[in-house]
Amino acid sequence: MKLITDEFAESKTDADECAAGNDQVAPESAVGSNIKYLLAGMLFGVIALKSEIISWYRIQEMFRLHSFHMYGVIGTAVVTGVIAVWLIKRFNIKTIQGEEVVIHQKKFNWGQVIGGLIFGLGWAITGACPGPLFAQIGSGVLVVTVTLLSAIAGTYVYGVFQRKLPH
Amino acid sequence: MLDLIRQPWPWYVSGALIGLTVPLLLLLGNKHFGISSSLRHICAACIPGKVPFFQYNWKREAWNLFFVGGIVVGAALASQFLNDPEPVQVAEKTAQALADLGVAVDGKLMPASIFSFDNLFTLKGLVFFVIGGFLVGFGTRYAGGCTSGHSILGLSTLQWPSLVATCCFMAGGFIMVQLIYPWLLKVV
Repeated sequence: MKLITDEFAESKTDADECAAGNDQVAPESAVGSNIKYLLAGMLFGVIALKSEIISWYRIQEMFRLHSFHMYGVIGTAVVTGVIAVWLIKRFNIKTIQGEEVVIHQKKFNWGQVIGGLIFGLGWAITGACPGPLFAQIGSGVLVVTVTLLSAIAGTYVYGVFQRKLPH
Repeated sequence: MLDLIRQPWPWYVSGALIGLTVPLLLLLGNKHFGISSSLRHICAACIPGKVPFFQYNWKREAWNLFFVGGIVVGAALASQFLNDPEPVQVAEKTAQALADLGVAVDGKLMPASIFSFDNLFTLKGLVFFVIGGFLVGFGTRYAGGCTSGHSILGLSTLQWPSLVATCCFMAGGFIMVQLIYPWLLKVV
């Protein structure tokens, strides 16, 4: 496993400085290589629905401290993730392409605080973080499409004003 | 067996499966779990304009769009074939608090009194769909990630900036529910 430290660059034109990168070296086809991520996403969609993490009520319970469910889900997910990443590192497990697993070291910037608070406000209103937005739509609450479009607009506005915002 | 799967899954099963998404994506092809990035890729693909933030090779990140597409399909299949016939349970205290705010618990995952097309062009719709969605999209990108990228992947790889971000997500949520909701739901 390889650790990479990314510098925060305001006009960064590569992939994200932080989330959801792609570090595969081997070439990928536009559709064929990506079918496996469609399947992984489907699994995630099933889990998101059956665990009820996409429920607006569950988010309400969490922010009212009336239920352990969401804390249990997030806590178990983190513990599982920590163990899995540790195993990858310990036994130097390679990707199915035989490549070394790459982890990006995140650097602190004030966006994580300010943006984090803003997202938290929205999370409690919509009852959804970005993943559950997609799952809510899939589960048949089609009006959430409007929420998703607005979230895309929010991302766009951030992109436009990125250089003017404190980080 | 099928009955067991149809029931809401306990937190330890759900949590473990969500946690396994991290190594799954890493081992399938060095991909980093993070869903809010898909919103950026959609901007880059559809409306890049001259904004530098959207000038990058989004096609290299197309896997992320396949993943979120999969989420829609997976949730649709689960709600079609693995649906629990019982009404969704909500903690009694939360149900009471929501009733006081005028939101009835209706046994669904999302309260139909808020999340329906009838509310689209009302003040309620403006708050719950338009403003709520905007805050999610703007805030996650500003924070450089969301619950998946920071709270799951970031914490799984023991990164303290992700812990800071996660605490701020939670703080924002508490502020909204505890301080703003009582006032907000009177207005809308």
